[in-house]
Amino acid sequence: MNLEKVDKIIDSYPAEQGSLIQLLLDIQSEFNWIPVEAIVRINERLQVPVSQIYRIASFYKVLSLAPIGRHLIQVCLGTACHVRGGPKILDKVEDCLKIKTGETTSDMKFTLRRVNCLGCCALGPVMLVDNDYHGKVTTVKVKEILEIYD
Amino acid sequence: MERIKSNAELDVQRQDILSKRDQNKPCIAICSGTGCLALGCNRVISAFKEEIRRQGLGDKVDIKETGCPGFCEKGTIVVIYPEGIYYLQVKPEDVPEIISETIKGKKVIDRLLYTDPSTGEKAIYESEIAFYENQKRLLIGNNIKIDPKNIEDYLALGGYRALAKALFEMTPEQVIEEVKESNLRGRGGGGFPAGRKWKSCRNAPGEPKYVIVNCDEGDPGAFMDRALMEGNPHSVLEGLIIGAYAVGSHEGFIYVRQEYPLAVENVNIAIKQAEEYGFLGENILGSGFDFDVVVHRGAGAFVSGESSALMNAIEGKVGEPRPKYIHTSESGVWDKPSNLNNVETWANIPLIINNGAEWFKSIGTEGSKGTKILSLVGKVNNTGLVEVPMGITLRDVIFKIGGGIPGDKKFKAVQTGGPSGGIIPEQYLDSPVDFDELTKLGSIMGSGGMVVMDEGTCMVDIARFFIDFLCDESCGKCVPCREGLDQMREILNNIVAGTGEEGDIELLEEIGGIMSIFSLCALGTTADNPVLTTIRYFRDEYEAHIKEKRCPALVCNDLISYYIDPAKCTACMLCLNNCPVDAIDGGKRKIHVIDQSNCTKCGICYDVCPPKIGAVNKISGEPVPPPPREEERQIKRGKREIEGV
Repeated sequence: MNLEKVDKIIDSYPAEQGSLIQLLLDIQSEFNWIPVEAIVRINERLQVPVSQIYRIASFYKVLSLAPIGRHLIQVCLGTACHVRGGPKILDKVEDCLKIKTGETTSDMKFTLRRVNCLGCCALGPVMLVDNDYHGKVTTVKVKEILEIYD
Repeated sequence: MERIKSNAELDVQRQDILSKRDQNKPCIAICSGTGCLALGCNRVISAFKEEIRRQGLGDKVDIKETGCPGFCEKGTIVVIYPEGIYYLQVKPEDVPEIISETIKGKKVIDRLLYTDPSTGEKAIYESEIAFYENQKRLLIGNNIKIDPKNIEDYLALGGYRALAKALFEMTPEQVIEEVKESNLRGRGGGGFPAGRKWKSCRNAPGEPKYVIVNCDEGDPGAFMDRALMEGNPHSVLEGLIIGAYAVGSHEGFIYVRQEYPLAVENVNIAIKQAEEYGFLGENILGSGFDFDVVVHRGAGAFVSGESSALMNAIEGKVGEPRPKYIHTSESGVWDKPSNLNNVETWANIPLIINNGAEWFKSIGTEGSKGTKILSLVGKVNNTGLVEVPMGITLRDVIFKIGGGIPGDKKFKAVQTGGPSGGIIPEQYLDSPVDFDELTKLGSIMGSGGMVVMDEGTCMVDIARFFIDFLCDESCGKCVPCREGLDQMREILNNIVAGTGEEGDIELLEEIGGIMSIFSLCALGTTADNPVLTTIRYFRDEYEAHIKEKRCPALVCNDLISYYIDPAKCTACMLCLNNCPVDAIDGGKRKIHVIDQSNCTKCGICYDVCPPKIGAVNKISGEPVPPPPREEERQIKRGKREIEGV
């Protein structure tokens, strides 16, 4: 656990409670999850109780208290994607990876999440892998998309 | 860059930008909003850069990466200036031809133009495309002309003129009066008059005061705020600074959801540039007014888009709403007077200041003035972002602008206002888009999401979808919302699973009624809308699910079966090879049969069966016909072989 990086993130914000969510977001993108050591460090530096940091980390969907895979798959189930067959795409991804939504494959390659709208409704159903948007996905295309990533 | 210190200097700066620009120089504007990004516009942009470099045109042609012009269905969108030639669905391989034919040869490439599906006519310019023709694009019309990462583009179009007017020609009270007079209503969902909100914040005791932009656009199926924030962030910023001046605030927040990385990036760049030019910071434009703004990213919680919850999130707390009898305009962020408005509301402010309240009032209906951006999505031909004058009918939006329903399907209903909105059936299609009229129908304007549904959409399933969403997003602070949603979800799950009982509909209505009265915030008080409106207009569908165990739209998995019609099957092996659970029996020239006991109803067979054969059927409420006898399953060579399969 590289606490120096955590310190650097904490230093980049004013030392007050208002910065909490912002620095947790940065820690999330740096480490891909919120390690408990980081929570303790924020507690020491900002004097915010651990319970409160934990509450925030567990409330917001983007923050993860468990390590996530190398690639994050987000299948959109917003309304537009829902009516265009988003749930079937999610089923197909679950089926291909043999995991349920919210889980990570045992080789730490993929984490699968559902997301409530990525805002590109015109292209639904949409599937986001890391930063790549895949629009107008069909059940047949899911496998091809997953094969792009290693 | 030296900060601009007066109104006159701003004019000089603008003239300077315009004089440096050659109006006749070709400019290729490429949409790089999230929609086109998902369609691969990055590859189109690199192809243009590469081709321009290869042909040595580097100083003769400009490339502009712009925000979203709305027609996402036809992305990647490329517009060639100065002519304004509108190319749709541009692929990287089209790029060399565009450069040699259009840029150099000044010829239009027919293939890339918009073709009117009914007349077959080609449209060269934006104004000729039916999708745009019926819109009134005051807020998003400039998106295709602006590189959101370059403040000069905004200035060239007259940007920050309204700010200068407010600072030098109007008192804060006059600004508030103008906004009040315009009758601008909040675009985030509530529809509360913005001017009244501003006034109560200005008059509230306590310092400092805060102004906030709400860009926590969590409604599934809505992306108008994203398009404004990504495509024209300075218009929002300018509105915010004017608002800060009006209410007497020196510190502001822009709250953007983390799921919109490009919006976060662009607004941060915009803030930095506005600081450099003297539109933010100390002594703005030499007027003596100071204002700073900070971006806060949301961490993914629908409820934190509610105004008081959002303020909690800004304080670094869990984004849960506060009791609403305390107005946030009096006690908001850190218990100080805070004025929060939605992105689109803020973007309207410069227009009102520049053109006056009378002009703004000339657009729209009695109770709803101005335009509204709608995200037109779902089962409609022209999906995308549309901006219309208030008062336009739903029918015009869906059929004239949206181009109707794809395929030969029939329109069934339109869902407006996001998850807490309602469903409006066909008989009300001539109702106007107006805050009050939509409320009368049991729905809401909300932030402007408009999801079109065709006959293939099950209304019970859709109600369950919204309740499921709201159930996950309810913060759990108040009992009616937390428990009510959970109970509703259970009942709806039963109904779609075929285990619904008599009395379920009445029970849903009762729970909904209680939630709408006793919940703490708007999430709970409106959460019953999707259920109650679907019951109100599609009660027969609920009854079919409960009494006949039938899903009329053929959607609910537990109530449908997939069945291969032996009279149509050509034994092409497509469904058989794609079935993930090997539930299909058959072979070459042997009619395929689905083993119902193994079928998981994933629907892949239905998707892969070629439409012109259409042998895979969905049935509901009736027993699956018995499979043909073994000897009837052989297809003789030549018999029933269909061309091209």
